[in-house]
Amino acid sequence: MEFLMASLVGILFASALYMMLRRSIVKLVIGLVLLSNAANLLIFTASGLGSGQPPLIPPGADVPVGAVSDPLAQALILTAIVIGFGVLAFAVVLIHRAYEVVGADDMDQMKDTDT
Amino acid sequence: MRMHSLILRTAGHFLLPLLILFSLWLLLRGHNEPGGGFIGGLVAAAAIALYLFTMDLQAARKALWVDPRNLIGIGLTLAVLSAIPGAVLHGQPFFTSQWWPMTLPLLGEVKLSTPLIFDIGVYLVVIGSVLTIVLFLAEAEE
Amino acid sequence: MSHVVALPVLIPLLAGSISLIFWRSHSAQRWIGVIANAALLVASLWLLRETWVHGHLVMHMGNWPAPFGIVLVSDLLAAIMIVLTGITGLATALFSLSSIPREQERFGYYPLLHLLLAGVAGAFLTGDIFNLYVWFEVMLVASFALLILGGERAQMEGAIKYVTLNLLSSALFLTAIGLLYGVAGTLNMADLAVKLAEVPPEQSGLLTVIAMLFMIAFGIKAAAFPLFFWLPASYHTPQVAVSALFAGLLTKVGVYSLFRFFTLIFDQDVAFTHEILLWMAVLTMLSGVLGAAAQYEFRRILSFHSISQIGYMILGLALFTPLALVGGIIYIVHHSIVKASLFQISGLVYRLRGTYELKGLGGLFRSHPWLSILFLIAALSLAGMPPLSGFMAKFIIVRAGLEAGAWVAVFFALLVGLLTLYSMLKIWNEVFWKAGPETQHEVPTRGQSPRLTYYYLPIALFAVMTILLGVAIQPIYEIAERSASQLLDTRGYIEAVLGVQP
Repeated sequence: MEFLMASLVGILFASALYMMLRRSIVKLVIGLVLLSNAANLLIFTASGLGSGQPPLIPPGADVPVGAVSDPLAQALILTAIVIGFGVLAFAVVLIHRAYEVVGADDMDQMKDTDT
Repeated sequence: MRMHSLILRTAGHFLLPLLILFSLWLLLRGHNEPGGGFIGGLVAAAAIALYLFTMDLQAARKALWVDPRNLIGIGLTLAVLSAIPGAVLHGQPFFTSQWWPMTLPLLGEVKLSTPLIFDIGVYLVVIGSVLTIVLFLAEAEE
Repeated sequence: MSHVVALPVLIPLLAGSISLIFWRSHSAQRWIGVIANAALLVASLWLLRETWVHGHLVMHMGNWPAPFGIVLVSDLLAAIMIVLTGITGLATALFSLSSIPREQERFGYYPLLHLLLAGVAGAFLTGDIFNLYVWFEVMLVASFALLILGGERAQMEGAIKYVTLNLLSSALFLTAIGLLYGVAGTLNMADLAVKLAEVPPEQSGLLTVIAMLFMIAFGIKAAAFPLFFWLPASYHTPQVAVSALFAGLLTKVGVYSLFRFFTLIFDQDVAFTHEILLWMAVLTMLSGVLGAAAQYEFRRILSFHSISQIGYMILGLALFTPLALVGGIIYIVHHSIVKASLFQISGLVYRLRGTYELKGLGGLFRSHPWLSILFLIAALSLAGMPPLSGFMAKFIIVRAGLEAGAWVAVFFALLVGLLTLYSMLKIWNEVFWKAGPETQHEVPTRGQSPRLTYYYLPIALFAVMTILLGVAIQPIYEIAERSASQLLDTRGYIEAVLGVQP
């Protein structure tokens, strides 16, 4: 399972970078989405995989019974997803504006600031 | 952004109060159970956006009666202010939770607390920022 | 426990949200901006004093004990950075009073400014790496929005590069956090320092990989070689007050994070990691200054110089001796002041002449001698001429390099100093000394206040500071020296956060 997840993370990173290197700005956005998903999945995998062990404390007890999965990693991912949502919403607005101003969905048209 | 669909318009009208109630329920149960300000705010913002889809931009702005940016400001202020009571009253670190349980007529026992204030702030910020972005994109379309 | 630790974060947050409530009233926002930033400066000086007296200040947010809750920690390095935040914030708020066009205030300039400062202060003070990530994102969102305020084509293009590279850096940062959490099972910096010391040797390779991921992530934020190219593409495009704030403060957050991580957490394999930092520093210095030599636009030259100066700060960290760290810290202070001031001067020149192109400028020494002198002070300080702050900062770093036997780095540090002088003299000749061009550019004053007082005020204050830093270095040197010893001996930090270790 770990191997599978690790491969998936790798594939996600690779496709994210591939998309970011394309000329189209829309594909750049897709690349950014994939990138944040890859990072989140990596946290999920790195914190240990397991199933059927919800980190819940039964009523009346003070500590969970038996082994539970790590809730902190999930909290981290949740936070990262929320932040990613905010940043991405902004990026979409930005790219929409850029598309209007430049008039093309093409990174090669955006060389004004490079020289 | 206007969509001329009778079904959408009718559904939007009916769903809006229901979904707002649902979002408030999510907000209030959030302290101990799944829910909270963020998800409640998203539900509310989605409901309002659905409602606004049936109007053009000016009618939408008018129907909102408050600018979404003000919502962000008020929400953020509430969230930041919720840090202060514990520090001022008891000299504890900022953001230490304060609980004021009380019995109200009709409602029974109610626990007011600074986490609740924080969550309401988050709720308002989320509604405000999602609507700001939606209105901005709609404006850009026109 | 002292509440002053959280004030530098709470003041801008509260100011930002209040100015959002008043977002219709521009004058209210302006004055909230000045008052809140003055309060921030006062709070930061108070924080520095308290930290100087007590060594470390810690606040467990929400009263959750470390390492489970989020802590705010102020050691001397963080306190110095917070003071810089206060200084730059106040200067920017004053400068904005007359330089930001009214129609851009409408798009939330002031709330974004406060949010950015809150993010920066949070990043300096937090003692938790995931919280650091959150502050980075707060900062980034605010800086994205400030960058495109105005919506011109160059701004959009610059912003796309800025956004992409910075999101890549955030993703790498997050990846590194995930891996580190997998290894150590904690996110608290002090706790990490303890846990990583106990990591078995067969896992040390993995630790080095994680350290490199952090280095790349912060290197992008700090605009270090080889991933600096988002900076010259974007820093010359926004409102000049924003440029000054970014160059003075924002890239320093990346440098600060490198300082924090590669003294407190990753000091297991100094020979490897700090050797890489050393070459990164040298190449950053060199590529920045060579890039600047090819430019003929005021703000682009300054942007490229920002990169080369970042190299000196990283060099201070890479040498990893007490004296070098002192030099690095003083360099950060010096550069914040001088670079913000130079950008503000470029804005004033634009205001007077209507262009940033060196070709279209000239004759300012004749018409505005005082401005020319202010520029000369800042420029010579940047190049490292005595008796200004740049000389002291460079002198300490070079001396530390000589003591450490890093001859190549010292050679390049001196060479880059010379080339910086060349660049600054180029601006001096073209903008101030040579005769003015026959055709005058149209000066755009639309929506700006006619008064120039608020342009001159922060620039003059910065000039006084750089002279004072050069002439009376002793107090700052003592603070930096103690800060460096705190960085090298991490026990104080760990004990302050976690309590005395058994």
